[in-house]
Amino acid sequence: MFYRENGQFKIAYRADQQIFPIAQDRWAVLALIAFAFLAVPFLADGYLFRAILIPFVILSLAAIGVNILVGYCGQISLGSGAFMAVGAYMAYNVFVRIDGVPLILALLAGGFFAMLVGIVFGVPSLRVKGLYLAVATLAAQFFCDWAFSRINWFTNNSSSGSVAVSNLSFLGWQIDTPVEKYLFCLTFTAVFALLAKNLVRGAIGREWMAIRDMDVAAAVIGIRPMYAKLSAFAVSSFIIGVAGALWAFVHLGSWEPAAFSIDRSFQLLFMVIIGGMGSIMGSFFGAAFIVVLPIFLNQALPWVGSLVGATVSTAMISHAEYMIFGGLIVWFLIAEPHGLAKLWSIGKQKMRLWPFPH
Amino acid sequence: MAFFLETMLGGLMAGVLYSVVALGFVLIFKASGVFNFAQGAMVLFAALAMARFSEWVPVWLGFESQVLANVIAFVLAALCMLVFAWLVERLVLRHLVNQEAVTLLMATLGITYFLDGFGQTIFGSAVYRINVGMPKEPVFVLDNVFQGGLLVNKEDLIAALIAATLVAVLSLFFQKTITGRALRAVADDHQAAQSIGIPLNRMWVIVWFVAGITALVAGIIWGSKIGVQFSLTTVALKALPVIILGGLTSVPGAIVGGLIIGVGEKLSEVYLGPMVGGGIEIWFAYVLALVFLLFRPQGLFGEKIIDRV
Repeated sequence: MFYRENGQFKIAYRADQQIFPIAQDRWAVLALIAFAFLAVPFLADGYLFRAILIPFVILSLAAIGVNILVGYCGQISLGSGAFMAVGAYMAYNVFVRIDGVPLILALLAGGFFAMLVGIVFGVPSLRVKGLYLAVATLAAQFFCDWAFSRINWFTNNSSSGSVAVSNLSFLGWQIDTPVEKYLFCLTFTAVFALLAKNLVRGAIGREWMAIRDMDVAAAVIGIRPMYAKLSAFAVSSFIIGVAGALWAFVHLGSWEPAAFSIDRSFQLLFMVIIGGMGSIMGSFFGAAFIVVLPIFLNQALPWVGSLVGATVSTAMISHAEYMIFGGLIVWFLIAEPHGLAKLWSIGKQKMRLWPFPH
Repeated sequence: MAFFLETMLGGLMAGVLYSVVALGFVLIFKASGVFNFAQGAMVLFAALAMARFSEWVPVWLGFESQVLANVIAFVLAALCMLVFAWLVERLVLRHLVNQEAVTLLMATLGITYFLDGFGQTIFGSAVYRINVGMPKEPVFVLDNVFQGGLLVNKEDLIAALIAATLVAVLSLFFQKTITGRALRAVADDHQAAQSIGIPLNRMWVIVWFVAGITALVAGIIWGSKIGVQFSLTTVALKALPVIILGGLTSVPGAIVGGLIIGVGEKLSEVYLGPMVGGGIEIWFAYVLALVFLLFRPQGLFGEKIIDRV
């Protein structure tokens, strides 16, 4: 009754082609953004920001990047963690080596260098695809792990191998409280999500999807596979690189290559799978799920243990976390291979008929 | 020269182990089209089972003999892998028939996480020893050719021997038994195999079990060398570039690829490593596979990839 487009007439092409053609969608999204920017800072406390909201916002951004490559262009990548690392370390180098460089510029420079690395490691995608490519991208992962721990230039010759940044400020605005960090990251994520949404709606997004669905057929109808694939790698790794820079600068503060290990790559891939491949919205769902689940299990398992009268050790919890995590992933793939975004759209379809099914 | 040969031998030995793990990958990929990321976790799980059962069994049954304990532990660990294979087929593969390769890959990632957690929950997460009586002392060979001779680990030789036996037994199994023939039929063409009455589900259980056995063998060799610990899974990841190099569907490819990667890795570490700061072992295999892919996408022995619209 409330969610349907009946009576919403469009009199211009612009109105017909906007991101959310249905007014209810538009209002809901605007309300959500307003809520995230205006209400959340007053509702949440420091712990919630540090443990859940900031990681969620940054990883959503990274998941959007991965989704462009994996979900929209169909190129499986297990090297996303490496692109995050490139973003983080190159942003760091720009930040400390160039005097007075603005923070934003450093973060974007991180994204830019991640983009270059992404294009280099995307070249094999012109020759191989699918599972072969997945293994090829592992090369990026292990090579970057090695480069950032062994080549001292990247870490500015720091003796311990870990690097740190402090005094983040943006146009004179000191970013040091959790709320400010959250808002800073949220701005990035919102802007990039909008850009990504528009990209995948446009000509280039349709080229990516054509390549994903069948690359030979796409080439036959005049889509250049090289351009489409490499541009997907470029856009995706740029976004992932910016997310990596944010993760390092804003969330971690000081970090070492282990922060961007292969586990991070898997985590990002899981977000995309669970959230929904080929859906910007799904990236947020997936990130929320993956960020919240371990924290939830951490809290819930000792409680369950105390119910049955057993004390649960920390090692047990971490093992159980692994098991439940793995089990859930398999269950998810079986129950809903198209991810949470699919559930979301099924829900919307149901809403159109509710409460008067015809 | 002697040093070069020693390095190469060390590489070959490491390569044998990569080959054994890669073999498990290839078997499963051929029979069920699943890119089994969980092979590394299976190695860890099987090795943990072997190590712990060989500790527990003498206590349970009250005897001293190490050999008997090892035999019983091997059987029990193999049983574990059989149950695992059956559960994977029952709970995962059966429900994911006709899904895309990516989905299946993700599912095996899920299995990996589950198995890592499960194995360490029931078997513990410390470093365990597997003692199957491998001789530790090195021997010197070819004294008269090189000054001082070549240093060879007996343990490595036996490991290579075990791996060779495994491959021989597997190829006998695949060539001479009815089950093996059915498995080859399934690998060639799922639909055709099913249409002549080969039960696909049972074949999957068998092939996952066989892969479990290869994982167990790899785990035993590795475990007796460096101890059973979580890092086994990362070492097993090295099997991925191996199968890329050898071709996803080729058993000889897995073996040759493993040897190439093992040797290349050790030689590059020794001769190229010092130039760039060392530690290149961790990525050399992947970059080698990557470069190789650019020139020969299907791998050394893989079937030619033909695209049809």
